[in-house]
This record gives sequence, structure tokens and C-alpha cells, in this order.
Amino acid sequence: MTLLGQFALWAALFLGLYAAVLAFVPSLRNRPDTQLVVERTTYAIALALWVAAVSLWKAIFNHDFNVEYVASYTSRNLPTYYLFSAFWAGQKGSLLFWAVVLSTFGAVAQAATSRRYRPLLSVVGGVTSSVVAFFLSVMLLSGSGNPFGRLAFVPPDGNGLNPQLQNPGMVIHPPMLYLGYISITIPFAFAIAALLTRRLDVGWIVAIRRWTLLSWLFLSIGITLGMWWAYVELGWGGYWAWDPVENASLLPWLTMSAFLHSVMIQEKRGMLKRWNLGLIIASFLLSIFGTFITRSGVIASVHSFTQSNIGYFFVGFLALAGAVSFALLYLRWPELEPEGQLDSLASREAAFLFNNLILVGIAFSVLWGTLFPILSEAVRDTKITVGPPFFNRVNVPLGLALLALTGIGPLIAWRQTSAANLRRQFTAPLTTGLVTAAILLAAGMRDFYATMALALGGFVLGTVVQEFVRGTRARQRMHGENMLTALYRLIARNRRRYGGYLVHTAIITYFVGFAGMAFSVSKETTLRVGEKVQLKSPYGHTYTLTHLGISQYDALNRRVTAASLEVERDGKKVGVLKSEKRQHVDSFGNPTFQPSTEVGITSDLREDLYLVYAGSVDGTERSTFRITINPLVWWVWAAGVFLVIGGLITMWPSGWSPPIAPLSAAAPEERVQVIA
Amino acid sequence: MNRRAFLSVTALTAVPVLLAQDSSRTQDSAVTGAADPLRDPGSIGQLRAVTTPLDNAEDIKAIERRLKCTCGCNLDIFTCRTTDFTCTYSPALHKEIVDLYTGGKREEDIVAAFVTKYGESILLAPKAAGFNLLGYLLPSALVLVAGTVLGLVLLRRHRDRLLAAAPAGAASAPSAGLELSPEQRAQLDRAMGEIEQ
Repeated sequence: MTLLGQFALWAALFLGLYAAVLAFVPSLRNRPDTQLVVERTTYAIALALWVAAVSLWKAIFNHDFNVEYVASYTSRNLPTYYLFSAFWAGQKGSLLFWAVVLSTFGAVAQAATSRRYRPLLSVVGGVTSSVVAFFLSVMLLSGSGNPFGRLAFVPPDGNGLNPQLQNPGMVIHPPMLYLGYISITIPFAFAIAALLTRRLDVGWIVAIRRWTLLSWLFLSIGITLGMWWAYVELGWGGYWAWDPVENASLLPWLTMSAFLHSVMIQEKRGMLKRWNLGLIIASFLLSIFGTFITRSGVIASVHSFTQSNIGYFFVGFLALAGAVSFALLYLRWPELEPEGQLDSLASREAAFLFNNLILVGIAFSVLWGTLFPILSEAVRDTKITVGPPFFNRVNVPLGLALLALTGIGPLIAWRQTSAANLRRQFTAPLTTGLVTAAILLAAGMRDFYATMALALGGFVLGTVVQEFVRGTRARQRMHGENMLTALYRLIARNRRRYGGYLVHTAIITYFVGFAGMAFSVSKETTLRVGEKVQLKSPYGHTYTLTHLGISQYDALNRRVTAASLEVERDGKKVGVLKSEKRQHVDSFGNPTFQPSTEVGITSDLREDLYLVYAGSVDGTERSTFRITINPLVWWVWAAGVFLVIGGLITMWPSGWSPPIAPLSAAAPEERVQVIA
Repeated sequence: MNRRAFLSVTALTAVPVLLAQDSSRTQDSAVTGAADPLRDPGSIGQLRAVTTPLDNAEDIKAIERRLKCTCGCNLDIFTCRTTDFTCTYSPALHKEIVDLYTGGKREEDIVAAFVTKYGESILLAPKAAGFNLLGYLLPSALVLVAGTVLGLVLLRRHRDRLLAAAPAGAASAPSAGLELSPEQRAQLDRAMGEIEQ
């Protein structure tokens, strides 16, 4: 079966190159049957790669340890669902996963895109096939990417899966993030198709609307799940550490967020065409950059795969894709003249422009901070570290500015707004923000950034509530509907706008959660069985934890040492919190990895009590623990849910989309071809 | 939890978090308890030392949060020693800091001593001086400059538009018969506001 998988990879590589040649060689691209051939080729590539994927899964589930990848990342006693996720646990498997998902998206783009956009589809197919071919060439030609490579012997058992990856979050988090990264290729492919075929009207923008939202949504879910995984699995008590790999996932999210706003200006006013193309190209390049960061070893990260030579492939591809894309943009520059001009500083277009500036500014600062150690070493020959204090200092003010603009944008009308209207629109949200700030200051809050975040959160929430209230009342007045019907129809008929407001609510909720971490408290303590420790939370609750004892037992593929502590809050019993040490073993009982730690968490809307069993003193039940109280963490996860709901509402089909430009707007040589 | 309860907690949640923000005082009770040997102490990794008050001292934590662990984890010393219990570097670095602290050195002296011994890369964020200023200031400076230019361009366009519109506006000034009453003006403003939405 692995031989079939290997063959399928080679077949897909050649088919990818074939589709690329058809799509990019002008004399071939303009032939009438090319689009159909490219379309069918993309389906064939997807089919071949699914055959390869099934082959790898079969080898994993059959414990075929002669396959080096299977021996490296699985073992006989690995639970079935982790056998499934072991597919993307290592570099080689994750490369195949990329290729499979991208080829599937490529095929879906061909099948699901409206026929109105057919003139773009052959180039779209060519771009997606080229990117798939790149990933396949990395796998097959780099010497360190082929998941079907075999060992010279058959080990009796495999190494098993890294314990930190044996978490339900890791079954879903990497695929979500990959889906986000990978799906950016489709909008990028449409952008290149629009540039290459000179169909630069609003058609390509409409064609990719759902793809961009889908990509942004997957990235958002992937990032939030990654935060959740870091929080519950890594045990350091936080969820974001500004690690280079975390930063790499944030970069395309930021540029895509900027695009989702600025594209509205292009749709409504025919402006920012160059900027929007630049954002899509940048998003794609940043998604590849993220992949490069995780695989090259150029920048130290706890998330990095083993360093290998495939980093060079990614640098080469990044340079080539960047050069070709921006050269194409430069060549079409004169054809991308804006159809209108910004009329006023007090207009929604201007607010969106400033929003774009801040989003791209944050993206730049994250990229800059991530790469600054390399620059410093090159210029000064001095190694430096750029960690969380740097990123917080640079990005928190920009983040607050962004939060303010999140509230300001919806309050300003398109084109220009009168002073009277500004007063009318801003009064309630500004009052909400100021009242929030006053309450916080009166309550004794003195942390500037946390106060600002919560006050601005109040302002943005005021904006969102005002928009819903006014919209609902208007419907009630105009159509005589009751409040719930009016609210439902308001959202249903303006999904993009009101779904967007829900996303804004999610963003506020994230900021509230982030602000809570400023008040985190922690304590290390050593307890004998029966001893107690007390910790006062930022809310004023007193937690009392009593060490109940240590139990040791064997579970499925590990030896577990579990510490149990009874938790009381203000004298009332809350429950028993358990934190574990896990020593994973292979099927012969031999230890496979260093012991890992499982944290114990009890969570409510206000705060999390976070328990880490650090270890034993003198090999006895006397143990050392780290206890942390993190306020408002629940809201970060709630924000993720709000964001998904808002994103799904925004994405829901609305039924109408404008047609692509007629062929008369296309390149002269293409017109000749069609006439012929 | 019903919706009412959810909304109540949501509305109130930001306030109480502040009420005791600086009241992170902790207490240990000193109850003597059991310390039976574990059946398999080898399966839980390194043995731990008994926690001392200096392990929880805010001064020590503040210093450790500025310094990076040298094990290659990318974490600060405090986070590494309280998270990665397989790391042998962070406990040693912690001991070094505690020794310097108990020897009378304070935060800046200890940080400086670490930079001298381990190099600038021990700092979790580079000093904001010299070439590093470029790292700190460039992103914000670019955003500020671009924002200012954008704002100025928009203001200028707005002014030009007003100037261009002024003569035309004067030529087509409404006659006295079209003057609006204050009520009509307010009604028109409201209607325009709704349209602008």
C-alpha cells in the first residue's frame, strides 16, 4: 500500500506540473479546451493525493513499523484517535497533509465556483496545482520529506507520539491552522488569475469572498485552539507566549483581517484595488513563511519540527512566489486605477484605511520582532532574544488603537458624515466607554493598559449594541414586526454587517480575557498529605487547597502519578482537583519520553484555578505544587465561540453576486483568440 | 446557567476582578502530615526541593521574568522552572539569582551580572538602547508616519473639495422661500443620519 502511496505522490507531482504548464503558457492557456483539462487535472491530483493519504493512514493503523514515519510517531499502544492525528504529528506527514488539503480545496474551487468566473479558473487551477507540486517536490526531492520511506529493519514497536501531542486539542488544532494557511492559496490563486487575465474588476473579489472568510475563520479557530492547547497541556499557566511559530500563525490572520475590511471599499467605491491585491499576495506569502518558520530551524521555537534542509526549498519558493506575484502586480499597476477618491476624514472608508494601517502595522511589528534577532546578529554580531516583554511593549498600544477603531468604524457613514450625525452616533458608545473607565478607576484599577482595554471594550460594545438596537427598531417601525422577528430579519438580511458586529463582540471579549491576565497570581508550595495552602484571588476569594495524597497506577500507554487536592473557596467545598505526571511507555513497558505533566483546572466565568504537580520531595508523597489563579480566561474561549458564530453568519450565502467582466474587458490577445 | 444569570455575570465580571487586585497575599498552614514513600518514584522525573519563601518572592520572580532560561526553551527562568520539570538549567539559574539576592544584590545588579556572564541574549527583551531602539521604535514610527500622512492627505482633499464646492454653493444659494424651520432642519438631519447609516 505504501508503494501505491509513493506512486500516487509522483503521479500528483507530474499532474501538478502539467496543469501549471497548461495554465501559464499563453498559447496553451488560450486554447478553448484548456479550462476543462486543467479542471479535470486538479480533480486527478486530489484523487491521487487522497490515495497517498489513505495509504499512510493504513500503514499507521496497521502498525507497519518498517515505514520510518510510522515507527517514529506511533506505537502499538497509542489510542486509536491519536493514531489518526499521528498523520500530521511529524514533518513528513504534515507536508502530505498540506498537499492533500490544498489539492482538495483546489478541486472544490473548480467544482464550486460559479461558471460566471470560468475565465479565471484555468489560472486558478494552475496556481493551486503549482503550489501542490511545490509541496510534493519538497517531499520527494529534498530527501527528508517522504512519509513512505522505509527502514532497513522492522522494529518491534514504534517510538510513540510525543505526550504533549496526546491531547484532544492536538487532534483538531493543527488541521484547523493548516486549513487556514492552506485555504489562503485559493484567494491568492484568484488574485493571480485576475492579474494574469486582466480581469481586474470586482468579479474576482466576489468569487473569493467566501474563501477569504473561510480561511480567516479556520485561522481564527486554529489560533484559539492552539491557545487552549498551550493552556491545558503545556502547563505554564498562559496561552500566548509570542513564540515565533505562534507569531507566524498571527501574521496571515492580521493581513486577512485587513483585507476583509478593505475589500468592502473596493466593492462599494472601486478603490484600494492595488492594496487589496497586495494584501492577498502578502497573506499567501506569510502563510508560506509560517510553514518555513516551523520547518527551517532558522528561528528557535518550541514548536519547530526537527531542523532539516527543506527550509532552503521554502526560502526559494517564497522568493519566487513573491517576485512573480509582485512583478505581475507592478505590470498591471496602470490598470488598477481607483474609480473614486476618499472624500473625507470622517468617513467609513477613512476609518477602514486607518484600521488597515493598524492591522498591517501590527503584522509588521510581529514580523519585525520575530526576525529582529537575525538582523541584530547580522548587523552587530550579537545574539539577542526578542520575547514577550518586547512584543507586549510594541503591540499593546497598537492593539488598543485597533480596538478603538473597531468601535469607531461602524459609527461613521460611507463617503462623509455630518458633525450632527457624529454627535448622534458617538454619544451612547462614548458614554458607555467613559462609564466603564470610571467604574474601573473607582474600583481601584490602576493598570493603564488593562483599564484602557476594558474601557475601549465598553465603547465598542456600546457601538455594537447601538447598531443592533437601532436596526431592530427601524425594522419594527417600518414593518410592524415584533422585536425578536425584527432582530432575526435584521441579521438574516444583512448577514455580512451584523455577523461582522458579532465578530467585533468576539474581539472585545478576547481583549477582556487578555486584560484579566494582568491580575494573575501564583504560588509555589510544598505540602505533606493533609497539609493546606491558601491563596487569595483577585476577586477577593480565598482558596484553600488540601493535599489528599498521591496515587500511582497504569493507564493505557502510561504510568500515571496523580496528585489530588481538595479545593475550598471561602470555606465552601468546590471539588477535588487532580494534576498528573505521566510516564509514557511502549507496549513492552519501556519508558518512551520524559515524564510529562497534566494540569488540573477548575474554571468559571470569573477565574481559573490552575494546579500543576511539580514533583515529589525525596520520592515521597510530600509534593511541590504551583497554584495559579488566572482571571477571565473563560472569556477567551467564549470569544472563540462568538467569533465562529459571527464568522458563520457572515459567510452564509446571500444568493446574489455580480458577474465577471465581459470578455471585451479582457486582454486584446484573448479577444482575438475567442473570435478566432 | 440560564441567559439571565449568564448576562448578569457577564456584566459584573469586569468590576470585581479589580476589587482585590493587589491582595495576592498568601498563607500557608503548617499542619504536619504524612510523607509516605511512592511506589515508583522513578516515573515522575526529577525530585523536587522543598519550596522556600524566596521561591515565591515577588522580587525574585520579577528578575526571573526578565531573563531567559538557557535550556533552549524560549521561556523566562520563572516560567521554565515552574513548568518544565525536566529542565536542569532553570533551577540552577534560579539558585544563582537567589544567591545573588541574598548576597545583597538587587534587580538591576543581578540582571547586569547575568548579562556579563551569559551575554545579551539572556535578556528576554533587548535593552532599549543603540541598535535595539530600531527594533522597538520602527513599527510604531512607521504606523505613526503613515497615519499622519494619510490624515493630512485626507484633510487636504476634504479642504480642496470644500473650496471647489464653495462658489457653486454660493451661486445656487437657496432663496428665502426655501428656508427651513428648526423643526424641519432637525427632521432633515435625522433622516440624513438614517440614510448615512
